[in-house]
Amino acid sequence: MQQAQETSIGLKLVLAWAFVGIPLAWGVIQTLINAMKLFQ
Amino acid sequence: MSFLDRSHTVAGPGFSRWLVPPAALCVHLCIGQAYAFSVFNLPMSKLLGITQSAPDDWKLTQLGWIFSIAIFFLGVSSAVFGRWVEEGGPRKAMFTAALCWAGGFFISAIGVYMHNLWLVYLGYGVLGGIALGIGYISPVSTLIKWFPDRPGMATGMAIMGFGGGAFIASPLSVWLMAKFSTATHIGVAETFIVLGVVYFFFMIVGSIIVRVPAPGWKPEGYTPPVVAQKLITKNDVFVYDALKTPQFWLIWAVLCLNVTAGIGVLGQASAMSQEMFPGHITPVAAAGFVGLMSLFNMGGRFFWASTSDYIGRRNTYFVFMVLGFFLYCAVPYTGSIGSVALFVICFLIIISMYGGGFATVPAYLKDMFGTRYVGAIHGLLLTAWSAAGIFGPVLVNYIREYQIAHGVPNAQAYNMTMYIMAGLLVVGFICNFMIEAVHHRFHMKPDHEAERAQAEVAAVSEPAGA
Repeated sequence: MQQAQETSIGLKLVLAWAFVGIPLAWGVIQTLINAMKLFQ
Repeated sequence: MSFLDRSHTVAGPGFSRWLVPPAALCVHLCIGQAYAFSVFNLPMSKLLGITQSAPDDWKLTQLGWIFSIAIFFLGVSSAVFGRWVEEGGPRKAMFTAALCWAGGFFISAIGVYMHNLWLVYLGYGVLGGIALGIGYISPVSTLIKWFPDRPGMATGMAIMGFGGGAFIASPLSVWLMAKFSTATHIGVAETFIVLGVVYFFFMIVGSIIVRVPAPGWKPEGYTPPVVAQKLITKNDVFVYDALKTPQFWLIWAVLCLNVTAGIGVLGQASAMSQEMFPGHITPVAAAGFVGLMSLFNMGGRFFWASTSDYIGRRNTYFVFMVLGFFLYCAVPYTGSIGSVALFVICFLIIISMYGGGFATVPAYLKDMFGTRYVGAIHGLLLTAWSAAGIFGPVLVNYIREYQIAHGVPNAQAYNMTMYIMAGLLVVGFICNFMIEAVHHRFHMKPDHEAERAQAEVAAVSEPAGA
């Protein structure tokens, strides 16, 4: 029971952080690609 | 709609506090779109002419007002609705912000479709601005209550999202406009509708996830410091009593000066880098420089706010003021020796401290005024941002114009501005130095809140003019 609850919380954490982390990471990568033009 | 009430958002046993930062980020990443609104300016100036502006098309100067109105209403709404946000709870505030933010986009889409600029002012400017204010402060006190051991890091994470929102919005908006545009039509209205739907969904998810801790909850293994710390209060100050303290106005001045100095150069970075290093920094490289500055603006929010948990809020602002002073003074020197690398390093650190100033201030307010009304007090403090939004660009633009009008070469026209910005930080240092613990007469008594509520109810029930 305890283990099932911990797995559920862990899954919720992964989903919640992926929900905001993936779009943010995509945006940061796009910006970094543009920023590289400073060093070209 | 009772599921929106604070009482329905109290976390049950087993809830992980690490779910609250992503909930806050759901809101802040969406409203951070405001920093990327400029990508619509050029397309919106050619809605009738398509390839170039027609005589009846909106002018860029008219379009510039949309962002200004939104930032004005950010300050006003965060100040006016701060107490409501605090007492209604984060879910109600996030839900309201989602409705206003999406509604603002939908009204703006109608405005673009009908080519009525007033509707865009009303939609994105007024309604969107209200969403910015409510959304910005909505998770602040909740995060502080969940992370009493690291309040700076917690609020830094959320406010980092506001800086990062533009990274997503800018390429997404450009891509959507390209998808919806044809040879005879520019797809701004359709892009607004898609953004409104996507942002509404994201913000609603955030409002569903968010929870407030149960009364008396403490993180596992955390024991509040027994010995009182000089600049960290254990008491609460009522939101409007905070306005009567010198500490509020000193922090207001510190934030305003730090933001004025940063915002002034943020908007001019591209032109400044090209004029100070003609031939060395091309327009393409300057765009890359601006992108790099945005990354440091975002990263600085998390880094400096987290650092403040270890070195203290006042010391963090001392670092901003002292380090900032030397860096602003060093910028003209980097131009005189032609060192692009030093120039870039100076600006990246300056801009990280600009972001850090925003992110550290909620924890500073919590230290001074307690956690009970910190969100509402933060809302009132954001008027410093609105003021800085006017002072910063005006200072940089007018000083530069004055210099050039008096025969100063373009490459050196920013030198005086840098020294004035350094001077502002000296004033900020003095204000920060003067901050000490809030006098105990401002602290809320245990029954203070109940008395105040009764008095307000009595005042409302009295006949008009009584």
